[in-house]
Amino acid sequence: MSLSLIILCVTLFFVLLVGFSKEKWSGNIALVSVLINAGISSWVAFKAVTGQEYIEILGGGSIFGDIPIRIDALSGWFILMMNFTVLTGILYGRRYMKHYENKSGMIPLHFASFIICHVSMIGIFCVQNSLAFLYVWEMMALSSFVLIIFEYKKPETLKAGINFLIQSHVCILLVTVGFIWVSSRTNSFDFNAISQFSASVSAEVSFFLFIILFIGFAIKAGFVPFHTWLPYAHPVAPSHVSGVMSGVMIKLGIFGILRMMLLINQNYLTTGYFILAFSIISGLYGVILAIVQHDLKKLLAYHSIENIGIIGMGIGLGAIGLGIQNPVLAFAGFAGALLHTLNHSLFKSLLFYGAGTIYQAIHTLNIESMGGLIKKMPQTAILFLVAAMAICGLPPFNGFISEFLIYRGFFEGIHLGSLSLTTVLILSVVALVLIGGLALLCFTKAFGIIFLGTARSEFDHEVHEAEASKLFPGWLVVLFILIIGLFPQIFIQLLSNPVALFTGSLGNGTPVMAMAKNLQSVSMVTWTFILAIAVIAVIKKFVVRNHKTVASPTWGCAYVAPTSKMQYTAGSYVRGYRKLIRPLLQLNKNEENIEGVFSKTIVSETHPYDKIEVIFIDRPLKFMNNLLARVRFLQNGNVRHYILYGVIFIFIIVIFSLLNDAVIYLTKLIKQI
Amino acid sequence: MRGLGAILIILTSFFFTGIVFRTKSIFSGRKGPGIFQPVKDIWRLFQKGNVYSETTSFIFRIAPNIYFASVVIALMLIPFGGQKGIFSFTGDFVFFAYILAVGKFFNIIGALDTGSSFEGMGASREALYSLLAEPAFFILMGSLALLTGYTSFYDIFTSIHFGSSISYAIGALASFVFVLIAMIENSRMPVDDPATHLELTMMHEVMILDNSGFDLGLIFYATHLKFAIYGAIIANLFLTPGKEWFYSIPIFIAVQILFAIVVGTIESFMARFRMSHNPQFIFALTSISLLIFLTVLLIVGKFL
Repeated sequence: MSLSLIILCVTLFFVLLVGFSKEKWSGNIALVSVLINAGISSWVAFKAVTGQEYIEILGGGSIFGDIPIRIDALSGWFILMMNFTVLTGILYGRRYMKHYENKSGMIPLHFASFIICHVSMIGIFCVQNSLAFLYVWEMMALSSFVLIIFEYKKPETLKAGINFLIQSHVCILLVTVGFIWVSSRTNSFDFNAISQFSASVSAEVSFFLFIILFIGFAIKAGFVPFHTWLPYAHPVAPSHVSGVMSGVMIKLGIFGILRMMLLINQNYLTTGYFILAFSIISGLYGVILAIVQHDLKKLLAYHSIENIGIIGMGIGLGAIGLGIQNPVLAFAGFAGALLHTLNHSLFKSLLFYGAGTIYQAIHTLNIESMGGLIKKMPQTAILFLVAAMAICGLPPFNGFISEFLIYRGFFEGIHLGSLSLTTVLILSVVALVLIGGLALLCFTKAFGIIFLGTARSEFDHEVHEAEASKLFPGWLVVLFILIIGLFPQIFIQLLSNPVALFTGSLGNGTPVMAMAKNLQSVSMVTWTFILAIAVIAVIKKFVVRNHKTVASPTWGCAYVAPTSKMQYTAGSYVRGYRKLIRPLLQLNKNEENIEGVFSKTIVSETHPYDKIEVIFIDRPLKFMNNLLARVRFLQNGNVRHYILYGVIFIFIIVIFSLLNDAVIYLTKLIKQI
Repeated sequence: MRGLGAILIILTSFFFTGIVFRTKSIFSGRKGPGIFQPVKDIWRLFQKGNVYSETTSFIFRIAPNIYFASVVIALMLIPFGGQKGIFSFTGDFVFFAYILAVGKFFNIIGALDTGSSFEGMGASREALYSLLAEPAFFILMGSLALLTGYTSFYDIFTSIHFGSSISYAIGALASFVFVLIAMIENSRMPVDDPATHLELTMMHEVMILDNSGFDLGLIFYATHLKFAIYGAIIANLFLTPGKEWFYSIPIFIAVQILFAIVVGTIESFMARFRMSHNPQFIFALTSISLLIFLTVLLIVGKFL
């Protein structure tokens, strides 16, 4: 029995089991199912990453043709990454969902969709038949829609869910157009047909095909300006779903882009510049907007856009490296991109789990009403701190390693190639630096305001640390983050096969060795750093042992009655930045003026909004609404009228064919004259 | 002797800030303290007990350690003339910037940990201005990488002067940028006034209002070290390999002293900017480093 059939049977069995068992059990059943599916697929995927491809052909009848299931090193890398995050997601989610038990009755449906979503993601990574691919993709889109709208009774959840559904179908539409174009020319749905097709047409045509597919996948990945669904969908979904969505689901778009790059024959230099431009804009725009968000999950959602930008910068760099035939550039770019894909899935899911834990402890996601949580939830705080430092790309954590690889490529490329290449690369460096700096501003704000200082509002219930089983998946992720951060050279070896798919004969081992050696030095300095911290701590302990340590209130410039309201807030922390960047932002501000000496209570509200969303979504929608309002009278709910429309439609079709005959007759007549 | 650079930087750090203060006092017509006074102050701080705010958590206690450790690691990356730093690898200046950022991260969250409005203010400013200064450093290093074709501190500094003598002009421009970056990184005059007595106008000083004893000593000493590190980078622009140690060590010390005097002079004759003007100043710095980049493009002939 083939592996894919085993996975399908397991899935079917467990989905039915979830349906017929008690609500209390559904989380654990889903965990078992994810464990089995992840185990089987990881086994194959690991072998693929180390160089042993897996191929299996499923018969798809006359409609699909043969459905090849191919797991090459690229699919393998993505499957391994995805399995880990889905596993931590379900470990966290089955505890997270305990809060909703006996309330909505939707939990079994939720977990069933979770299982389906997992399997369809495995499918996306290995199905190489375009029609079957679209089916699996649709399955993923629908099941994730169900996952997002778990709290469907809240209107904003439903709205965000429908927004997600529509945009993910625009994505499917574009991908379908691309695939249909190819299959209409080649009569085959196999992915290999795409490369045959692009080899047979000119470079411009295949670049056009690539752009269509790129935009399709870019919607899923969340590249600016196709990102607008993301900041809505992430905050409303349950936290483990947001973690999985942000961690791995948007990476399906990255996978799609990488896969199409492998298949479509093209001028890599142009593609590289194209992707680099998109990525720089995404990276900067994502983090620029993230800073002004005060809804924790929305802030994290914008950071996903930023990190997709960083991954895209790696891909662009790699493509440029292929274009100018430089192995170091190509290797650094693709390895950086693939490693950052893994890294982002780790720290972003960790951040979302943290957000979920905070939400369940204090029932709000508004950063402005948090504060001082580190004393009540120390473990959550440490987990969040590690993830925050990792996402800023700070050593000794994993984010630094992938960004370092990309920097390495940029600086390597500066003195190669032409003037335009040098200029583009230095600008990319500046962009990456700015992204890093802005992320630091954002996460010092997030961590500082949420966990440090004193509580900014009072809650009518006890705030306490989450239970160990809910924190466990977080610690698991931290372990992985540290392994990548402290032993990066291992991962460079693992990446050599997936990257070799892109670099081909260009790679041949030398850049891998050089890069591994380079990262070995990085890891040595990192270890020294940790050692230095330890040594300083010991010296400090030794020196201050004889001195008195006193506790006293915070220095308030001799003011002796400080309140928590006097602390810096998230809004005031980023005020300087906000003023600087104002032209790029749209802040909807409601402010009342202070009147009189003893003013009444005044309210000031700020709602950051997305300027690109206004231009690309809101304005066109408004325009279309106005346009369509004129024909709205047709939609009057009267069945008899609808029947009439049908009849008129058929009539018009008939008339058209008659008209067609008439036109042909007339043209003939004119030609004869 | 890979550690020579590190040892020299540590030695310089003992008197660097002293010279700055001495210069300032001479310009203002005072006699001023001896040049080792700052180090003596730190020594005194090391012997004092700590006062911790009741609001703070463990973050506040570990933040100075990590800040200091990050600066120590940064100084290990600096080469000295023909000698490599203790650690030297391709792309080490990226690591240099990022390890300093780790220290800054902890400095900032340490300040936020106190729950003080002043310290939040300082943290906010520090985060913003140091982020704005970062591109200048990277453009500069990118230009040097373009000029020399190498991507590590050691390789860049050893091969920078093998071209024409115009590289000394670049060196001069680059040291100008480095001086200003050092001023911003260490929160000195045109951006921040370390001698101010009003919390509202402080940046770095206000962030460490609640630190005391050993912790405060660590933070002060880290600042001295940071100055010496930037001085060492500037000195490296003028230390050509092949020169014997009895040339290069005096050049190094001379550059450091000159740098300290320049810092003191700037502090004596410039007033602090209004906070809202700081970003413009830092942007100007970025554009100067872009100018250097364009000059290098001209030199290596990419414009042809």
